[in-house]
Amino acid sequence: MNEVKTPILEMQGITKRFPGVLANDHVDLELYPGEVLALLGENGAGKSTLMNVLVGLYRPDEGEIYVRGKRAEIHSPKDAAALGIGMVHQNFMLVKTMTVAENIILGMSDLPFVPSMETVGKRITEISKRYNLQVDPNAYIWQLSVGEQQRVEILKLVYRGAEILILDEPTAVLTPQESHELAGVLKVMTDEGKSAIFITHKMEEVMEFSDWVRVLQHGKLVAVRRTQDTSPQELARLMVGREVLFRLDKAACTPTETILELQDVHADDDKGLPALRGLSLTIHGGEIVGIAGVAGNGQRQLSEVVTGLRRVTGGQVFIRRKDMTNQNPLSVIKAGVSHIPADRIGMGAVGNMAVSENLVMKGYREAPIVINGVLRPNRILEFAHKMIEMFRIATPTPQTRIKFLSGGNIQKAILAREIDACDGLLVAVYPSRGLDVGATESVRRMLLAQREEGMGVLLISEDLEELLTIADRIAVMFEGQIMGVVASDDADVETLGLMMAGVKREDLAVEIEDAVSTSTASS
Amino acid sequence: MRIIFEKRQSISRRAMVLVPVVSFLVSLLLGAILLLISGANPFETYAAMARGTFGSTYNFSETLVKAIPLMLTGLGVSIAFRMRFWNIGAEGQLTLGGVAAAWVALYWAGRVPAFLLLPLAILAGMVAGALWAGVPAFLKAYLGVDETLTTLMLNYVAILFAAHLYYGPWRDPQGYGFPGTAQFDPSVWLPRLVGTRAHLGLIFAIVLALALWFVLNRTRWGFELKIIGENQVAARYLGIGIARNIVLALLLSGALSGLAGACEVTGISRRLQQGLSIGYGYTAIIVAWMAQLNPIAVLFVAILMGALLVGGDQVQMTMGLPASMGLVLQGMILFPMLAGSLFTEYRLRIVRPEKTDPLASETVEAAS
Repeated sequence: MNEVKTPILEMQGITKRFPGVLANDHVDLELYPGEVLALLGENGAGKSTLMNVLVGLYRPDEGEIYVRGKRAEIHSPKDAAALGIGMVHQNFMLVKTMTVAENIILGMSDLPFVPSMETVGKRITEISKRYNLQVDPNAYIWQLSVGEQQRVEILKLVYRGAEILILDEPTAVLTPQESHELAGVLKVMTDEGKSAIFITHKMEEVMEFSDWVRVLQHGKLVAVRRTQDTSPQELARLMVGREVLFRLDKAACTPTETILELQDVHADDDKGLPALRGLSLTIHGGEIVGIAGVAGNGQRQLSEVVTGLRRVTGGQVFIRRKDMTNQNPLSVIKAGVSHIPADRIGMGAVGNMAVSENLVMKGYREAPIVINGVLRPNRILEFAHKMIEMFRIATPTPQTRIKFLSGGNIQKAILAREIDACDGLLVAVYPSRGLDVGATESVRRMLLAQREEGMGVLLISEDLEELLTIADRIAVMFEGQIMGVVASDDADVETLGLMMAGVKREDLAVEIEDAVSTSTASS
Repeated sequence: MRIIFEKRQSISRRAMVLVPVVSFLVSLLLGAILLLISGANPFETYAAMARGTFGSTYNFSETLVKAIPLMLTGLGVSIAFRMRFWNIGAEGQLTLGGVAAAWVALYWAGRVPAFLLLPLAILAGMVAGALWAGVPAFLKAYLGVDETLTTLMLNYVAILFAAHLYYGPWRDPQGYGFPGTAQFDPSVWLPRLVGTRAHLGLIFAIVLALALWFVLNRTRWGFELKIIGENQVAARYLGIGIARNIVLALLLSGALSGLAGACEVTGISRRLQQGLSIGYGYTAIIVAWMAQLNPIAVLFVAILMGALLVGGDQVQMTMGLPASMGLVLQGMILFPMLAGSLFTEYRLRIVRPEKTDPLASETVEAAS
């Protein structure tokens, strides 16, 4: 039955390169009318890139796109819209100070000079009734909740006659109830013959929303499955991949004194909702503790609590047995904590400043970079040259603004700075996200070198392979709690996957002390 | 052939010099067209402007008289702008600096040794200006209150407060009703360069511009300010105290404008009176942007702006053109300069068609 249908959309051999990154490597995609296709993959697997190619935001380096059987040249979102393709981006593209109706017709080309807002409003109400997308056409965007704003984005596409809807991680901003409603909306649409592509990295959503699933890994298409024929466990394994890209020689773990101790930590996220709910964790010098978990389960908040960027609402944080609960970031830095943040250019680096300046952003407080409050330009340059050489940062000159480097080199610069300043604990958040194989390998080597130096490393990653390769212990986070801590030698992808989905495996959750004594004994 | 507008990877030194020069020539050209339309000879008009502003020592000193407050407020404003703090309150900070200096000059005379009076007046002006900028800075840094509104509205408060003083309690009883205080004691007069009205404020401005350049580019604090101005999230992550630094930078910003006010009342009018500022605090915004927030460049741009102010008057007087023509010419000169500043950050690049792949792939297709 379904097999007889011809695809409404086909993408063939799509390849897209960015400096240092192969974002899409000959990816194929087929979408059938009336169906939802889930695009599953970790962050940086190339899902968003592929969709941006489809809506004309990027030009593919290779590959062809066919819509309704015809070769399509999509140069801009306008071309895509003309073909009935529309995308709801992760960051909504709405004008906050305008009404729902105004936003929906904004930018439409076939609009009369003075549009009748009444007619527009009527049509919006009609569409919202049909698809169960309740929203007041006259409300201002700023008055709406995030879930409602998403409805406006979907309405906007339907209003303009989109037949193929692309939703980029739509549930990331939704409550479980809202996600459920969204599934209902998609159902009505596909029943009418519309189709959707659903980008996600959550296995449960694939199961709930989709008919087909395509799994991307490091820019390559690695699997195509009918949703009914697969399971979350299989998807987890496919998404993470079992092949080890390269082998890293890792000396046995020799944990020393306790560097970081979190006791029953509670903290809220930016919206004021609880993100960490009674989390306890201990990290010793000379070991890498990995945090596994699906994004959005409190990992970011965990890193921020440790680095002093977020206040805890309960519990305590000790660094080298000193109470550092709710101390400011500077005190935490002075206590020897370094931080490789998830957002490289937004937080980790200052894009408009030189590579050399970015490299001294931790060291500028002390001699020999600064003497009596005065910076020494020559010392800065000397230091920069040393770091550029040691960490093999590819930059035209030390004076080049750092934003012009590739993602991998920006990350290397941040690592260089943070590792040089590190004196006890290194917090690394998604350190190899979006990097190519070579850069990923050097990042991992640097983390291992820190461990050899006797530093404690808190490694937050979505890449289970990475955790299994370099972490000594892996703690799995789910909804702000640690589901269990396992020695990485005893861990396998399936069990970790189950714990990531919220299954508490008490038998696997080795007590921290046990894990330490085991690894001490084994060394 | 396509033309691409793209950001420069590093700031080109050649562009930094060339762009303002070319922009200035373009503005002269535009101004000339306007002058021709209104029936004036552009060459004569420009010559008159040049003579009136740079033609003699005295004329140049008058240009400097206008440039000095622009230098000081321009420096103040650029510090704030570097922090992305939109301080449009230099006018008020200047005015209040003038009020505070006048207060010392009028009411402390005889109570402190005479030689201390002028330094105290100047210091009072700086403190007043600093506090006047400190209030919005504090509100912004700790409570998130929008600074454009607070700094702007505090201008009116300061200006009207000054007016209240020189119309009311501080008015000179022997002043025949003229709105202004009595003239200060000569011990509080800011020394002038011989035979001119250009005063010691010029030395202050030059020294402070150099000092400021050093602080912003060569010190730890300047480095922190730069990071805060570029990326507050990164600054917080790097352990830099944002709120504290914003307040400190704004105190400095206000102090410079306050100094401008103190210099005006002690160096030019020698009393607090109506017309203390002819919009210096607002022109300072243009000065700061045209100088790209570079303290040394502020000095030169301020002289240019001072020349435009004096030159506008000259056009009116010697060429018999309407008063508004001076202002129009000023605007004409400013626009290309501001537009041109874009080219120090960006450049135009011409791309040959054969290099763009979409067309190339189509040709291949057609051939196959």
